[in-house]
Amino acid sequence: MSERAPRLLELADDELVLGWHESEWTGIAPTLEEDVAFSSIAQNEIGHARAAYELAAADLGTDADALAFDRRPEEYRCAPLVELRLLDWAHAIARRWLYEEADAVRIAALKADTDPELAGLAAKIDREEAYHRMHAAMWHERLRHEPRFREAVEELWPYAVALLPQELRPELAARTGLALPSDTLLQGKERGEHTPQLAELWDEMTSVRRSAPAGARW
Amino acid sequence: MNGPVFEVFRQERRGQPFEHAGSVTAPDAEFAEAWAREQYGRRGESVALWIVPREAIRPVTEWADEFDLKYRRVDGYSIKTRLKEARERAGTAAS
Amino acid sequence: MPASEVPRDEQAFLDYVQSGGKVEATDWMPDEYRARLIKFIEMHANSELMGVLPEREWILRAPTLQRKLALTAKVQDEAGHAQLIYRVVEDLGKPRERCLEDLVSGKAKFHNVFHYPTRTWGDVGVIAWLVDAAAIISQKALLKCSYAPYARIMKKICWEESFHILHGRDVVLALVTGTPAQFELVQEALNRWWGPLMQFHGHTIPADEDPMVIWRIKSQGNEEARQQFLEGYVPQIRELGLEIPDPKLRRREDGVWEYTEPDWDELRSVVTGHGPKTAERLAFRRRFLEQERWVREAVLAA
Repeated sequence: MSERAPRLLELADDELVLGWHESEWTGIAPTLEEDVAFSSIAQNEIGHARAAYELAAADLGTDADALAFDRRPEEYRCAPLVELRLLDWAHAIARRWLYEEADAVRIAALKADTDPELAGLAAKIDREEAYHRMHAAMWHERLRHEPRFREAVEELWPYAVALLPQELRPELAARTGLALPSDTLLQGKERGEHTPQLAELWDEMTSVRRSAPAGARW
Repeated sequence: MNGPVFEVFRQERRGQPFEHAGSVTAPDAEFAEAWAREQYGRRGESVALWIVPREAIRPVTEWADEFDLKYRRVDGYSIKTRLKEARERAGTAAS
Repeated sequence: MPASEVPRDEQAFLDYVQSGGKVEATDWMPDEYRARLIKFIEMHANSELMGVLPEREWILRAPTLQRKLALTAKVQDEAGHAQLIYRVVEDLGKPRERCLEDLVSGKAKFHNVFHYPTRTWGDVGVIAWLVDAAAIISQKALLKCSYAPYARIMKKICWEESFHILHGRDVVLALVTGTPAQFELVQEALNRWWGPLMQFHGHTIPADEDPMVIWRIKSQGNEEARQQFLEGYVPQIRELGLEIPDPKLRRREDGVWEYTEPDWDELRSVVTGHGPKTAERLAFRRRFLEQERWVREAVLAA
């Protein structure tokens, strides 16, 4: 495996699994206007995943769809934050906000990478994420005094921290104004560990693709 | 002329969408209407006007379309090759 | 407000719309016209909203990244259409919350095709291709609707539907050129959807007796729409080697399509809330409508 492939897969798997979960909100968000907005964000995340998979696939001699669908659940490198299936708006929008905050820190670091392709991809993603951050901030501003939303942020905060490598975590804490959680709170939430929801999602997302043998066309 | 700017949208025929036509400056909405009527309707070229304070308009000009959006559009699909193949398989291809 | 040329008299108004006159949201209109508009447009909006659900189930199962994006975008468009259309209903005087309440309580109707299950990925292709094709025929005719705000949004809707049809046809083409089992998936879906598709445009009512045509809300009779669907799509279906499950289906020499009388009892039963998936889908809508009410309240409390 090339040196950058694991990093690309971390990014791509995060965006894919998050986008996949969030796409489930299409048609059932709190307002129809938000349906359209939230769905576009989910589509963008999947678009980012595809771009990162394509770059990784060129190194690994495969293609983006194979990376997205044809690995075993334990081979995915996504963080537990994105694996949770959150079908209530307080949690869904709290994760959206926390993810964008964490992703901003990660993307900033990737933009400064010495690998020009990686830095270029990060810059491209960042231009779209700027709009996602605006959307997340708008919701955060609207709901930050709502008990349901605050509880959801509190619950998901350790997951968001665990999405980033150690060295980037203080920056996330500074951005959000939240205190870094203790190691105990991070247990089971670190990248490399998986929640049961990932296997459930994988089962569903690959079910059509697995239903037909080689020679099938989609 | 000083005073706030009012953007003027005009409708040429009933049932048509309103289109931006220009703007007037006026001390208030009443003056804006009086002057816009003359400027954009004195030849009977409009059936209706919408007069909107410029500060009420929120422009959006930046789009973060960094990645492929063609999957949402008709020009993102090319079915020619597959259609030909399907017709051949079905024996319905024009010989 | 400048004087409107819309006559404030029921008979004169009728003459006005029948001679091609257009009506705006702020114009005077007879109560019957307003009531018919609300009922018709609300059902259209409900259908877009309920139309989200059959395909939404497959968003999580789309088999490639491209299909995932396209299907999500298609379902997103349906939600967007619901927003556009409910907005028109709101301007006519019925608030969205009330439309949604009437929908989930079973009081309001939605189109027959959205009461059926989506069993396989084959359904996803057949729905996007043929259900949307049937829908676009009705919607194109609405471009001429006497109520101008409705006619105007139909432009955007038709433009988006044309992408849906192509996406659906592309899904179908991939399957029919795939494995024999994949071809069968499409044939089996078509067998199930043909009946509902033939019922989709409704009973044959002579245009001059249809109040919707009289008020120029619709400009096309039901049978005319069905004929247009058959003329446009039967050849496209057959050239793929698919069989249409109607032994009587044939095109007469005068160009008129003959077909087995659609099952109107089934249509009546389905649209009055007794379809195979009606209760489940309404319950699902109700769940999210109630679950997220606090969000709407929080957002609207400026």
